[in-house]
Formats: sequence, structure tokens, C-alpha cells
Amino acid sequence: MRVTTTVNGETRHADDVSESESLLYLLRERLGLPGSKNACEQGECGSCTVYLDGVPACSCLVAAGQAEGSDVVTVEGLAPGRDLDPVQEAFVECGAVQCGFCTPGFVVSAHDLLARCPNPGDDEIREALAGNLCRCTGYEKILDAVRCAAGRMPSERSTV
Amino acid sequence: MVFLHATSLADAVAALSAHPGAVPIAGGTDVMVEVNFDRRRPAALLDLTRVPELSRWWVEDGRVRLGAGIPYARVIAELGDRLPGLAMAARTVGSPQIRNRGTVGGNLGAASPAGDSHPPLLAAGAEVELVSNRGRRRVPVCEFYTGVKRNVLAPDELIEAVWVDSVAGPQQFSKIGTRNAMVISVAAFALALHPERQQVGTGIGSAAPTPRRAREAEELLAGELDAAGLWESRGPLPATLAEEFGSRVCAAAAPIDDVRGSAAYRVHSLRVMARRTLTWAWNDYRKAA
Ligand SMILES: Cc1cc2nc3c(=O)[nH]c(=O)nc-3n(C[C@H](O)[C@H](O)[C@H](O)COP(=O)(O)OP(=O)(O)OC[C@H]3O[C@@H](n4cnc5c(N)ncnc54)[C@H](O)[C@@H]3O)c2cc1C
Ligand code: FES
Ligand code: FES
Repeated sequence: MRVTTTVNGETRHADDVSESESLLYLLRERLGLPGSKNACEQGECGSCTVYLDGVPACSCLVAAGQAEGSDVVTVEGLAPGRDLDPVQEAFVECGAVQCGFCTPGFVVSAHDLLARCPNPGDDEIREALAGNLCRCTGYEKILDAVRCAAGRMPSERSTV
Repeated sequence: MVFLHATSLADAVAALSAHPGAVPIAGGTDVMVEVNFDRRRPAALLDLTRVPELSRWWVEDGRVRLGAGIPYARVIAELGDRLPGLAMAARTVGSPQIRNRGTVGGNLGAASPAGDSHPPLLAAGAEVELVSNRGRRRVPVCEFYTGVKRNVLAPDELIEAVWVDSVAGPQQFSKIGTRNAMVISVAAFALALHPERQQVGTGIGSAAPTPRRAREAEELLAGELDAAGLWESRGPLPATLAEEFGSRVCAAAAPIDDVRGSAAYRVHSLRVMARRTLTWAWNDYRKAA
């Protein structure tokens, strides 16, 4: 089947999409956006998190056909071109990245948290990141990065 | 496989009868796990996320009509006051990503004994509204579950909505798991006090082949509260009554040993949760006077 979505602001068509494939597969294998990662395909790890119509979702649990006509923003679309979003910058600066596999998911979840709640407490950060697993960093650096990004968010953020 | 898009309830119902064996998909948080792991190869997937009738709620004759396609995040944000028990349970589901997509209708469709919606819906005395080309019917939620991951849904039926009394008394929910997020319950318990009709509602999760009520516990508690005039006086709850209530709740369970916990642990945790939720709810009732 053909699936048409808006991804990172551009209308994208994909042909020959299988009825059983996920939005994650569509993004990575058909639309050339490998930022979102596949680490479990069962909603447990959050490394495939994208914005689907403005709301973070595990793209591995969305059937590609369900995304027809939807607006999708992936980690690649958080900042224009080669720019980094403040959340991405903070992850780099705070050493919140080791192997990097979980990072795109954490970045999208943290981005959503800060859009809703610009000055989160630690409990709010933990709750917002509860659906993202990291096997490398021990989470402390990730929490540091989110606190650091919170301190730097531009006051007027464009909404995704 | 075929992928069916429905943009109205009439469409969805027609598509389901035209494609026997089509699997409805809402949030996909159960269906897609099975599809991704090749545990399920349905002839067709029927997408329900664009069906407006399923994503609306309203109040009619004092009851909330909750569209089956409403995700947990919206139950929490929009219905914490009217459906407090369900909203408490919704807050414990999975992670933010899962709560953004996973729906109450999907939980009913999957009918896992561990589903978190079931105990509060049982305690509140909810009804499930089913729709097909043949018409509509409403089934009391306590008659909805028929076995492990089985329910009364016919192959051509959709869950349209659940009907739940808008809250009249305190409701509580408690869930045991290994951590505070992303856990399937080891055991869960929900309690609703219905002071307006001097009744008590209960729901047990993860401790029997299906979610179920603890009817004897409900009757004991409502009867004792009545006999002691406590519904009117809102006096302190006798500790012995809370204990006895806990014992009757345990007696209603039929748990098994599995990877998440032993049967003995489940019974023990139910006793504790029953006593605690009753104490919390009774304190709420006294404070509300
Ligand atoms: C990581 C993870 C964590 C989870 N944590 C929890 C948890 O803590 N507690 C919990 O209870 N569950 C949990 N779940 C399970 C799941 O999220 C819930 O059961 C959820 O409510 C399913 O809703 P859905 O809309 O995603 O259902 P779907 O996957 O879309 O559908 C589930 C079933 O219901 C059927 N169905 C859906 N809608 C309808 C309808 N309107 N009419 C008829 N049939 C329908 C489908 O055909 C399918 O059989 C978790 C799942 C994952 C992946
Ligand atoms: S790959 Fe989607 S949650 Fe792990
Ligand atoms: S950095 Fe390796 S999984 Fe998180």
C-alpha cells in the first residue's frame, strides 16, 4: 500500500508498504531516517520514540497504515539542518551518550517534557523518562542533561 | 493482509462484517507486539484511531459514556474527577508513550487478567457497549470476561464505549509491581464505595483467570457498615472489619504461581491492598462529610 505522512515538516510518500509493518520500519527503511532506533519492538525501551501528531509514541507499536495523513517528528527534525536542539546539545555536553542507541528516544521524550513543563523537578523528569531504557549511562548523566537543557530552553519555543 | 481505514463507526462496523477475521487496532500496544513477533498474522487490520465516535466521552443520565478509543493519557487529564478509580489505574499503566496510545477499549479487547482498567471498571459497576451490523448490546463488565484473555465479543463486534456511573463516593486503586513504571501487575485491587445506594464495589486483577469481583467481601462490608449505622454516622472504621474484608477478598481470588509472583504472595498482597484501599476510601468518605 502507499502511505503518505508529513515527516519533519515535509510530505513524504512511501510505496509498497506492507500492511503489517510499523511506523518505525517505514521511517528507517523506506524514508531514510535511521535516527529512531529499533531495540525491542515491544514498547519496552523507548528508543523508537517519535512525535505522532504532537504526542510521543513508540513508533514500533504504530502500524505504518495508522500513520497515513499524520504529522510525524523524529529526532532528525527537532532542529533545522545541522543545528542541534538545546536538548541534543545538553546530551552531548553532559556526557549523557555512550553507545548512543537509546539517545534519540531519550531526546524526544525529554524534548516533550520540557515543552510541557519548562522547569521539571527530578520526579517529573524520572516519570517522563520512565518509558526509555539505557543500558550504558546509569541514567545520572541523562538526568543531568535534562536539568541542563531545562535551564537553557528558549522562552518562545516553536511547537512541533 | 489488508489494511482497512475507518473514519466513522458505521464504516468500521461494515468493514468488520465484510472482512471476517479482521483484527481491530486502536493504540496497537498489544496488537503490534504480536504482529512484530509474528505471533499474529491477521488477514486484515482495521484501524480504529480515526473513528470519532470512539474518541469522545460525555455524560448522560449521571453516567460517563467513555469512547473505547480514548487513551489513558486522556482519562488521566480529562476524567480524574468523574472516574477517579479508572484514572488512578491509568496513571500506573506502562510509560508516557504507552499511556499516549493505549486505550481502555484495547485493554478490554485484550482481556488480560492483568489489565489495569478491569479492577476499577468492576468496582464501579461499569457496562460495556458493543456494536455490530446486528445492533447494539450492553454487557455488565463482570460478565464481559470469559477466560484468560477471552471476552464475550463476537467476531463481528466492536467495543464502542464503556458506561460508568459518574463518581458518587470514594474510589481507590492499588497495584503491586516490581517498580513504579512499566510493570504488569503482580496483583491489583480496586474499591468503590457507593454511599448513595449503601453498596460496595470491588475488582481483583492478576489473581484469577479473569478479572473478577469479590462479591462476598462487598456484601459483608456493605452489611456491616449498614448494621453499625456507619454510612450515616461516618464514624471510624472498626479494624476488625477491615481485616475481615481483606480475608473475604483473598477468598475470592484463585491465583497461580508464575514468573511475576507466587500464588501465596498474590493472596498476601491482596489482603494488604484490600485493607489499605478500604482505609483510604473510608478516610476520604469521613473527610467529605
Ligand atoms: C511496554 C508496555 C507496557 C504495558 N503496560 C501495561 C500496564 O501497565 N497495564 C496494562 O493494563 N496494560 C499494559 N500494557 C498493555 C496494553 O498497553 C494495554 O492492554 C492497552 O490498554 C491496549 O490498548 P490498545 O489501544 O493499545 O490496544 P490494541 O493493541 O490496539 O488492541 C488490543 C486488543 O483489543 C482489540 N480492540 C482494540 N480496540 C477495540 C475495539 N474498540 N473493539 C473491539 N476490539 C478492540 C484488538 O483487536 C486487540 O485484540 C502494556 C503494553 C506495553 C507494550
Ligand atoms: S523499539 Fe520501540 S520501544 Fe523498543
Ligand atoms: S547510551 Fe547505550 S543504551 Fe544508552
